[in-house]
Amino acid sequence: MSAAAAAPAREETPFRRFVSQFAEDRIAVAGLVVFVLVVLAALLAPFYAPQNPYDLARVDLMDSRLPPGAKAGDGFTMWLGSDGVGRDVFSAIFYGLRISLAVGAASCLIAATLGSAVGLIAAYAGGRTETVIMRIVDLQLSLPSVLVALILVAMFGKGVDKIIIALVLVQWAYYARTVRGTALVERRKDYVEAASCLGLSHARILFRHILPNCLAPVIVVATVQTAHAISLEATLSFLGVGLPQTEPSLGVLIANGFQYMLSGKYWISFFPGLALLVTIVSINLVGDRLRDVLNPRLEK
Amino acid sequence: MADKVLAVEGLKTHFFTRSGVVKAVDGVSLSLAPGEILGLVGESGSGKSVTGFSILGLIDPPGKIVEGTIHLNGRNIAGLPDEEAQKIRGKDLAMIFQDPMMTLNPVLKIETQMVETVLAHEAVSRAAARARAAEALAMVGIPAPEERLDAYPHQFSGGMRQRVAIAIALLHRPRVIIADEPTTALDVTIQSQILAKVQELARDTGTALIWITHDLTVIAGLADRVAVMYAGRIVEQGPVDAVLDAPRHPYTQGLIGSVPSLGRRGSRLAQIPGAAPSLASLPPGCPFAPRCGAAVDLCRRERPALVALGPSIAACHVARQAGDAA
Repeated sequence: MSAAAAAPAREETPFRRFVSQFAEDRIAVAGLVVFVLVVLAALLAPFYAPQNPYDLARVDLMDSRLPPGAKAGDGFTMWLGSDGVGRDVFSAIFYGLRISLAVGAASCLIAATLGSAVGLIAAYAGGRTETVIMRIVDLQLSLPSVLVALILVAMFGKGVDKIIIALVLVQWAYYARTVRGTALVERRKDYVEAASCLGLSHARILFRHILPNCLAPVIVVATVQTAHAISLEATLSFLGVGLPQTEPSLGVLIANGFQYMLSGKYWISFFPGLALLVTIVSINLVGDRLRDVLNPRLEK
Repeated sequence: MADKVLAVEGLKTHFFTRSGVVKAVDGVSLSLAPGEILGLVGESGSGKSVTGFSILGLIDPPGKIVEGTIHLNGRNIAGLPDEEAQKIRGKDLAMIFQDPMMTLNPVLKIETQMVETVLAHEAVSRAAARARAAEALAMVGIPAPEERLDAYPHQFSGGMRQRVAIAIALLHRPRVIIADEPTTALDVTIQSQILAKVQELARDTGTALIWITHDLTVIAGLADRVAVMYAGRIVEQGPVDAVLDAPRHPYTQGLIGSVPSLGRRGSRLAQIPGAAPSLASLPPGCPFAPRCGAAVDLCRRERPALVALGPSIAACHVARQAGDAA
């Protein structure tokens, strides 16, 4: 594989090879496109959404529970109807996506950083340090994540920051275990031995040499865990312990519409649910493909 | 001892495993003059690599240097705390490994790996460090070193990678380089190029080399002196011509006999019967006695000491008695 790449003028970089391998799976590419569109739609929501659902002055209780396609009092069309307090579901979904994605991305980033550092240290230190860290990880992973998150949120209270803390505490262990496993393999490799023979410091060997070689599985775990974080946040919000009503994420929106489900006003829950589904499926499609491409055992 | 850049005295490195104490290195003494190349030969598991790692202070638990001194430039570096040892590694002592495919970090540019090595021991600017790196690459014969600095390891062939590894080892002009079978993974034409280069560099820079190998033909062409290791001890040591032409120890004789040569084609290859003994449970006498054709009763009872035999030293009762008789 590498022998063939003996430096022709313009050669295939590992990144380009990665891109072309990723692109071989059409469904994954479609997932990526959908995910990018979802992110763009969420980021740009203030520019195109007919209503700011956080601005209580613009939300009119008279508009509540209108079916899809109805005209609002302000004169715009509510393509996906309105919810129980008169919020435009279409606008609320994209504003809600912003929160859901932000919570997912932030918790994932923090958990990945924290978990990877802990995993690296466990693998490098070995001995008792490793045992203690990994038993904590095992304990963490043996508890159902929804339950733990529920308890944590109940302890911390509502709010975006608290939800993120809860999600980080639930998810860091996945990264720690993944990174430790990879780092254990990497630290036995000769380049680490060679680096210590050059008199480099432990921190440098750990973060500069071993860490970059452990990143592939972290990226895979991170995509899957982002999707997981988003759905976990939605679950918590649906259960009423997540985000407050004034900052509706997708989970809050679904919860709001739930009570109207049986009276035929399906759209209040259905469309936010659909948005959640599309987001999570697109992320998982990308994650699955990344796992295939970045898996060294499946390398062609 | 003043003219010696490296002097190892009675080095014992033991590994404390669950199945007992493995005496991987059990009383090794060797020394190196500046610019000298010492070949360290032995079978797999004879302790030659552990000797190298002990000198570098890179023995991980359960291993431990239990006895002996290692003087580098007159300073004992055995059992130095890790931070102190770190300052010496890569600066005064460097190592070259067997597999050049594995010793360079695949995700870092050559430049990064070389510059960080320079900066680990000297406070110079990045630009100066890069210039040093390019210079080192040029020294080992890598064409267009400035451009190649920006390449990743996978863009080099095996021979070129080993040159890069040697260049990294040379960055700080170390007093001693320990090379652990650095050409075993290369094909013979590349091997001879690398050997010629290393010989030239050792001569020009005054760097002494310990060349660990199991390949006697490499030693014959490269080394000034040779030490033969068996079961954690040196069994014979001397000038390369003396040891290879007139080996005193039956193990050395066996090793030389095992090298296939053109002149003896078609005839049966000599081999040393049996396998290297377990280092956890050595017999009381000479550890080579069970495999030795010349072994007498004394060999099985008493461990032979290293004694001077002509220009070399060897640890063998039979050879010593023959020497006494003559």
